[in-house]
Amino acid sequence: MASVRAAGTLIRSAASRYPHFSVNGRRNFSASSALLARTYVNYELKDDVAVIKINDPSGRVNTLTKMMESEMMEVLYEVWGNGAVKSAVVISTKPGSFIAGADLNMIKACKSAEEVSGLSRDGQKMFEKIENSPIPIVAAINGPCLGGGLEFAIACQYRVATKSKKTVLACPEVLLGLLPGAGGTQRLPKMLGLPAALDMVLTGRSIRPDKAKKMGLIHHVVDQLGPGLNDPEASTMKYLEEVAVGVAKDLAKKKISLEKKKGLMQKLQDSVLGLSFVRKQIYNTVQKKVMKQTKGLYPAPLKIIECVQTGIEKGSAEGYKVESEHFGKLAMSSESNALIGLYQGQVACKKNNFGKPEKDVKKLAILGAGLMGAGIAQVSVDKGISTILKDTVTEGVVRGYNQVYKGMNDKVKKKSMTSFERDTNMSFLSGQIDYSGFQNADIVIEAVFEDLSIKHKVLKEVEAVISPHCIFASNTSALPIKDIAAASKRPDKVIGMHYFSPVDKMQLLEIITTDKTSKDTTATAVALGLKQGKLIIVVGDGPGFYTTRCLGPTLSEAVRVLQEGVTPKKLDSLTTSFGFPVGLTALIDEVGVDVAAHVAEDLGKAFGPRFGGGNPELLKTMVQKGFKGRKTGKGWYIYASKKKEKQLNSGAEEVLKAFKLTAPPAVSGDEDVQYRLTSRFVNEAVLCLQEGILADPIQGDIGAVFGLGFPPCLGGPFRFVDSFGADKLVQKMKRYEDVYGIQFTPCQLLLDYAKDPSKKFHK
Amino acid sequence: MATMLLKSFRSNLVNFRAYQFALITTCLVLLTAKSKKTLAKPGVKNVVLVEGVRTPFLQSGTTYADLMPHDLARAALQGLLHRTGFPKEAVDYIVYGTVIQEVKTSNVAREAALGAGFSDRTPAHTVTMACISSNQAMTTAVGLIAAGQCDAVVAGGVEFMSDVPIRHSRKMRKTMLSLNKAKTLGARLSLLGSIRLAHLSPELPAVAEFSTAETMGHSADRLAAAFGVSRQEQDEFALRSHTLAKKAQDEGLLSDIVGFKVPGKDIVSKDNGIRPSTMEQMAKLKPAFVKPHGTVTAANSSYLTDGASAVLIMSEEKALAMGYKPKAYLRDFVYVSQDPKDQLLLGPTYATPKVLERSGLTLADIDVFEFHEAFAGQILANLKAMESDWFAQNCMGRKAKVGAPPLDKFNMWGGSLSLGHPFAATGCRLVTTVAHRLKKEGGQYGLVAACAAGGQGHAMVIEAYPQ
Repeated sequence: MASVRAAGTLIRSAASRYPHFSVNGRRNFSASSALLARTYVNYELKDDVAVIKINDPSGRVNTLTKMMESEMMEVLYEVWGNGAVKSAVVISTKPGSFIAGADLNMIKACKSAEEVSGLSRDGQKMFEKIENSPIPIVAAINGPCLGGGLEFAIACQYRVATKSKKTVLACPEVLLGLLPGAGGTQRLPKMLGLPAALDMVLTGRSIRPDKAKKMGLIHHVVDQLGPGLNDPEASTMKYLEEVAVGVAKDLAKKKISLEKKKGLMQKLQDSVLGLSFVRKQIYNTVQKKVMKQTKGLYPAPLKIIECVQTGIEKGSAEGYKVESEHFGKLAMSSESNALIGLYQGQVACKKNNFGKPEKDVKKLAILGAGLMGAGIAQVSVDKGISTILKDTVTEGVVRGYNQVYKGMNDKVKKKSMTSFERDTNMSFLSGQIDYSGFQNADIVIEAVFEDLSIKHKVLKEVEAVISPHCIFASNTSALPIKDIAAASKRPDKVIGMHYFSPVDKMQLLEIITTDKTSKDTTATAVALGLKQGKLIIVVGDGPGFYTTRCLGPTLSEAVRVLQEGVTPKKLDSLTTSFGFPVGLTALIDEVGVDVAAHVAEDLGKAFGPRFGGGNPELLKTMVQKGFKGRKTGKGWYIYASKKKEKQLNSGAEEVLKAFKLTAPPAVSGDEDVQYRLTSRFVNEAVLCLQEGILADPIQGDIGAVFGLGFPPCLGGPFRFVDSFGADKLVQKMKRYEDVYGIQFTPCQLLLDYAKDPSKKFHK
Repeated sequence: MATMLLKSFRSNLVNFRAYQFALITTCLVLLTAKSKKTLAKPGVKNVVLVEGVRTPFLQSGTTYADLMPHDLARAALQGLLHRTGFPKEAVDYIVYGTVIQEVKTSNVAREAALGAGFSDRTPAHTVTMACISSNQAMTTAVGLIAAGQCDAVVAGGVEFMSDVPIRHSRKMRKTMLSLNKAKTLGARLSLLGSIRLAHLSPELPAVAEFSTAETMGHSADRLAAAFGVSRQEQDEFALRSHTLAKKAQDEGLLSDIVGFKVPGKDIVSKDNGIRPSTMEQMAKLKPAFVKPHGTVTAANSSYLTDGASAVLIMSEEKALAMGYKPKAYLRDFVYVSQDPKDQLLLGPTYATPKVLERSGLTLADIDVFEFHEAFAGQILANLKAMESDWFAQNCMGRKAKVGAPPLDKFNMWGGSLSLGHPFAATGCRLVTTVAHRLKKEGGQYGLVAACAAGGQGHAMVIEAYPQ
């Protein structure tokens, strides 16, 4: 092996030094004509290896488009037709991207399920040809290898991948409500075994190169290189190509066998899985698990199981057929439409639309080392931002410091971070109780108690010590920013940065600007949020901004529903079966009953009877009795025991009895309860758009789904109106309005959309 | 490049004598062409190397296998005393380097000095800085003398890889420590009962970076790839190292070696790792770290070695007053550090231009280069990095490359690849070899450079003592 490599080096260097004459002259000619003719796929010959290079010049990443596919086939036929070529390597020349998947626009442009199935069949045929290639083809992977890209790679005979942090392999189709439609559901089970394959296609989980090698998804890993005679990325790509060419040569000479040696465990697993009743048991178990997790709201996972099952039990031909049919159907489903919309929304919310800030945030100061403050600190120090975490008492600082440490240490235990990285990250954190170092801060985020007078007090204290360029951001969840800014000497530097708890898990950041907030202040806050890894929506100022404001009437309705005799458990099951990831009463417990009561009171004052519904005294009584939710161990539920089944808090039930109302039978069916909750949420969201709090429906959908857990299968309140129909929603609301009045009065914008069915929030 | 290297090396073999002769005759010309006549600085004490010795370097697990680190260190110290006839009580201070510490002798400098018969009134301390530990010991000595605190300091380094501390697992250690404190039999029994099979798995020391968990060989392989160093180039360089070392050994040039009578065994007087092989033999080896496509193999890497070295460093005036003729001046030196992941072994590239600038010399002024050869791939990567404007501009923030040392002045008596590399003993060997080569070849300036774990590096300029 070693000598072969050395010889290879010699041959290569010779080849580069002397131009080839005779046979190779002709070959070069054809290669260069190929270079001229093709946009996406080109190739060159290195000895007897065809190095096929892909690059989509129009995008940041490579995607499988019709053009790319047809050029790829052209090149492959040319390579297969050339008897001198003994093997091939497929590699991307785009930095940090192999193939990130099939082009979503190609699918979206289709008008019918049959048309999409056609696309799927084309892909299947192409990859089948690659699988049956007369010469070995090596996929050389650096960067994301996802979806269609992965299906392409697994059709090749051999896979080499770099250990770059950017290199991930996954089948994320399920997260878009689709399935791997180009043979993925057929090839993966054969390659990885049934359990691993099902896990991969059903979760869409990202697999890192080392793990992929262990699983048998790839054959060979290549290290990332540091700077050498060129920048690291270029050196790594050159290295990857060299190694892949070496492997291709060895494959052609049969020095490397494609037969995998199976370990004892593998053999054992294979023989067990050879039994049809065992497989049946697996399908059943997986199906049950999927049903439990999705409540049947997401069709894709079930179809995926069906495709895998058909392929294994009835053979590939049948499997391919089912795969393409289901792919077509799923592509036309409203769930897939919603999930793709969310995906595109996420991409949109990862951009800074306010330009480059004048100054990068190098130093951040956080006031208040509570749950939120420490959470913000954690997502900052692990990005290398020097962070001050200030509290008023040492105990608070210690608690916050421990939270940050624990957050990262948990990652060390899961091996997603090394202990060394943890220690380095922790060195960016300074816990303190005074204002030392604030003069160097570029931005101060306050996460102190939600009380305007306290906010004013800290704002004045902070402004006395910070430098003129420093931004003051408030992590309030409901207080209008302009009220906070009223105490500021420089309101153009005041902004709202509303994080969601737990900060290290929740992706959303809601940024609130007042009419005085300067553009650079906004740009800086967005840049910081993006660095912290957040999805960002930028909304206008007002009580509750966007997210809290939508939650207000929904919670109010939830309290009324409870008063009307629906038990907390029943309410939770009604909301989760509608698609909310957490039941509403459980959500109140998580947020804190006191916080909910506080917000309800504030927003109630600001918006008046429209925010009414449940009796606000109910939550207050709960708080008085100490039922503040998870943090006190008791809320609607009891959190003391580690039992699987959550116990209802009998104390809360008594409170409910005291506030009991009679349920009006006309609007109290299960479905009506669901739509009462949802319609108030959606109406408030649409009103935010109408009032200009929201700049566009995309941010509205992203905020609702990633901040509040609005059902992802519905794609957010705006996409829900589009797919459900504004007119149908208005009809329902009118019916509830007859019973409850103003709280269900549809807003003007919703009425406009109801009148004109051609109006849609998303084009 | 590779063939060039091989050619120049072969012609060297054939023409060595003639070449040497030419060198000596041209040495006057060379001297007049230097940027600076001497590196002596007004107001700064001249610090000189009086003598340098080392035990033979042996592959670990061979003749030294049953010793302890301080035994080896003692042998080097005694050898130094013996060779110089230096009065023990005139030694003001002793500094010793070591990397893998024997816990029983954590200040190995003191234990070895006492055992070697130095005065118990001479203080001794131990330093550690990975593969440049004895460089650190020597520059500590230079500092003590330059600051006027001492006049005669013994520096050195020892490494003993035949025995390394292998520890109980953390869990087991914790249990054992608690056992000490347990007062009742019941408490002891319950602690003993808590021992599980997993407690018994030992912890082995690894030649891996703590910060990145990457072994050095793996990093060297990636480094070689980043600089496009081929397997063949590496094998050729390793072969050059072994061939030159063999020649130096045969011609008796390795005069820094002092024989060592190993208790119960023969006198050891030769390094035992020098093995010139053939390219074909070397090509058969499989890569040792990056499998299967890597280029670093056992044959083109330095191997685990036992050995110790020692030098006597003095102020020039004191040395002369005591009647000693110094071998060389120890002049400017620098320490550098860089990214421990991707540039772990590039210390020489960073240190060389810096030390040259400090002393006001150019690469052309240097007559003798002695670089530490951790891996052939590492040396060749460093040579390529020093030749690269891209690297100088993008990674070092310099305007232009410093240039690579010419190979006909480079490690001409072998290097760590062939002579062996007892981590903390190598630095003294490099400095002594430069002094000896300067004398033998008639040069004026020599340069030592070395890389070390942790992404650190060192370089020192040495000036020949006027004949």
